[in-house]
Amino acid sequence: MTPSVYVLEYHLVNYRRTWRSSAFSSLVLPLLTMLGFGLGVGSFVTGGVEGVPYLQWMVPGLIASTAAQVAVAESTWPVMSCFTWVKSYFAQAAAPLRPADILGGHVAFMLFRVLASAAAFLMVAFCFGALRSGWSLLVLPIALLLGAALAPLVAAYTASVTTDMYLAVLFRFAVLPMSLFSGVFFPIESLPTGLRWVALALPLSHGVDLSRAATLGLDPGPGAVWQVLYLLAWAVAGWFLASWRYRRRLVI
Amino acid sequence: MNSLIHARGLVKRFGDFTAVDGIDVDVRAGEAFGFLGPNGAGKSSTMRMIGCVSPPSGGELRILGMDPRRDGPAIRARLGVCPQLDNLDPELTVLENLVTYARFFGIPRRAARERAAELLDFVQLGERAGSKVDPLSGGMKRRLTIARAMINQPDLVLLDEPTTGLDPQARHLVWERLFRLKQQGVTLVLTTHYMDEAEQLCDRLVVMDGGRIVAEGSPRELIEAHSTREVVELRFPTDDQGTYAGKLEGIGERVEVLPDRVLLYVGDGDGALTEVHRRSLSPSSSLVRRSSLEDVFLRLTGRTLVD
Amino acid sequence: MLPRLLPALDGMARRSAAVAGRNVAALRTAYWLVLLGGLLEPVFYLFSIGVGVGALVGEIPLPGGRLVGYAEFVAPAMLASSAMSGALTETTFNFFGKMKFMRLYEGMLATPVRPIEIALGELSWAMLRGSLYSAAFLVIMVAMDLTTPLRALAAFPASVLVGFAFGALGMTVSTLIRGWQDFDMISAGMFVLFLFSGTFIPATAYPDVLRWIVEVTPLYRSVDLIRGISLGSLGFVQLLDVLYLLAMLVGGLFVAGRRMERLLCR
Repeated sequence: MTPSVYVLEYHLVNYRRTWRSSAFSSLVLPLLTMLGFGLGVGSFVTGGVEGVPYLQWMVPGLIASTAAQVAVAESTWPVMSCFTWVKSYFAQAAAPLRPADILGGHVAFMLFRVLASAAAFLMVAFCFGALRSGWSLLVLPIALLLGAALAPLVAAYTASVTTDMYLAVLFRFAVLPMSLFSGVFFPIESLPTGLRWVALALPLSHGVDLSRAATLGLDPGPGAVWQVLYLLAWAVAGWFLASWRYRRRLVI
Repeated sequence: MNSLIHARGLVKRFGDFTAVDGIDVDVRAGEAFGFLGPNGAGKSSTMRMIGCVSPPSGGELRILGMDPRRDGPAIRARLGVCPQLDNLDPELTVLENLVTYARFFGIPRRAARERAAELLDFVQLGERAGSKVDPLSGGMKRRLTIARAMINQPDLVLLDEPTTGLDPQARHLVWERLFRLKQQGVTLVLTTHYMDEAEQLCDRLVVMDGGRIVAEGSPRELIEAHSTREVVELRFPTDDQGTYAGKLEGIGERVEVLPDRVLLYVGDGDGALTEVHRRSLSPSSSLVRRSSLEDVFLRLTGRTLVD
Repeated sequence: MLPRLLPALDGMARRSAAVAGRNVAALRTAYWLVLLGGLLEPVFYLFSIGVGVGALVGEIPLPGGRLVGYAEFVAPAMLASSAMSGALTETTFNFFGKMKFMRLYEGMLATPVRPIEIALGELSWAMLRGSLYSAAFLVIMVAMDLTTPLRALAAFPASVLVGFAFGALGMTVSTLIRGWQDFDMISAGMFVLFLFSGTFIPATAYPDVLRWIVEVTPLYRSVDLIRGISLGSLGFVQLLDVLYLLAMLVGGLFVAGRRMERLLCR
């Protein structure tokens, strides 16, 4: 466990140099989305959604979607860089660290980034009056869980591909459609049945659902337990896949 | 005019900094001509001006009888350039690198493919034709760059530090290929800060320092004019080699003190070494060797080439 | 004069084509996938926002007061945005990568190829790619009954013009870039334009000052032009849009060529 902390420390120290530009893209861009869609398009959604004003309806979804995007962003190019460009994983592997420590430390950093972005966004949403309930704080652990469902799995993918072009492919074919069709901007109930099942199979829609229940102060019902367990299953599977891929790359 | 390169008072300035400070050069067809000097001597700037990618700041320059300012594309059509840092295309295969490059000269695709295949054989990369560039070793990349420079059957090939950064075996392979080109009558112009490279490849060279030419001639002529036949290298078991300089006075023509050793410039090395021992000086190591361009450079500038 | 000029132009075209040809030779499996992804991106947005959110919005009023379906309103904006982002990505990220990272242009400049020919070659490649995207997207628009085939045909050259204008702008921008950190700014700039250029709601919905700012941005002019064509509501304003984009194209190419000369031929 402790060796992972050293790895986390390494990533945190590195982050001190780049936090400004990353804070920019992981906070300012979602904020603009909130303004553009939540307020802009929202002003044309006269009836609201499910009896809720559009801004309040879409903001929890946007927070979950931001958490997911930060998790994926942190587990793609940075991981590729640690393997291929800067090769810091190999430097770490030369120290008395096991692949699982290296992975664990890095994933911890990714989750830190997810949590920080979600927290910042939550505060801004509060200022815009987009939160309706004290339960909104639960958005933070939900974001963390969603990040954990995605980050290790995507890190496993990154560790397995040969060029960074496949990362662009992941973003365009998986991350973008997932963000657009997981009930962030419109209810997934209006998707055709087949697509709805795809959306339900991906983790983001559950993160959106849970976050929305939290900020609107609704009772999510017993289904919420299953949603949490489903996200946990993704996290565990992702962890095992990633440790396997990391061992393959680092122990030669 | 039968010089391929003709420069008079050639100058290159970057702002306040003068990289090339008025040099005169003539390179004749069929010769291998070298610019020798340490880093920052102005060799690369000179090469870029000759390659018509850097306009001269002053003086006269004619390449293949043309004016680089006006006829850049026409001149470059007949040049082959091998830059100091390989700029091969990492997204293309070895063969595609040559074929796409040939297209920039307007060489028809079919002719380009034939020529590329011949050149790959020439630089002994025929078996790697379908491989990407990245996995190639440094020496292979350099040979590929040399092949690329030959794609348009140039009248003049410019090689900027052709073997810098290569291991000894790879260097010899590059030298051997360049020597073949020279035998085929290709005019080579190269820069180097390696003495052995200049001695191996150049018929004639200029020694550059601080943007100026400090000497000119064949390697043999330069050594004869600026050094002695042999050199004795002595290392003494002390931090300050200079304390021994006085005690060596009178042996040979000249004594040079370097931080880690003392050089004696003499006609007869073994005789000089006997004299050193007769004066009961006991160096921890000693070596007698032939004079090289390194010694010429040291003599001309008071500095060693590779710091 | 003309007999001298023609071979010169011919050589220029040939060498520019060779520069573009390099990119064709570099097409690989993964790159094809990235290209396909670029094609799908506006389609994803069209379905998510145009259709999905459109069901919540219903109809939206044009400046003239005419009501149109939300998907009809959003689709031309997605076309213009994808022409913009395709052209900017190719001429900034990829162009900069080739210039600084792979140092490809140094190699090219040792041949008879001149800086302006590199600029033209890269731009025509970006445009070839962008035109394919636009054509495919227009086919989808017609198939979804968001415009008529005739209007789609007319919108095609307009979208090519949009691509060229942004391509020229991108080349100028990439000669000013200092390093990778500036790309965050470019992405952010593109995203801001994408969100606020009258793409998802009419510019008239903004407060006055904001609206004026929005209306002078290049993406707004592009959206205005293509939407005018695809919805069949053309006027003098669209002529202004065309002039605006032409000026951007010529100005961008001129500045980019000069700056490249200075950057690469020092």
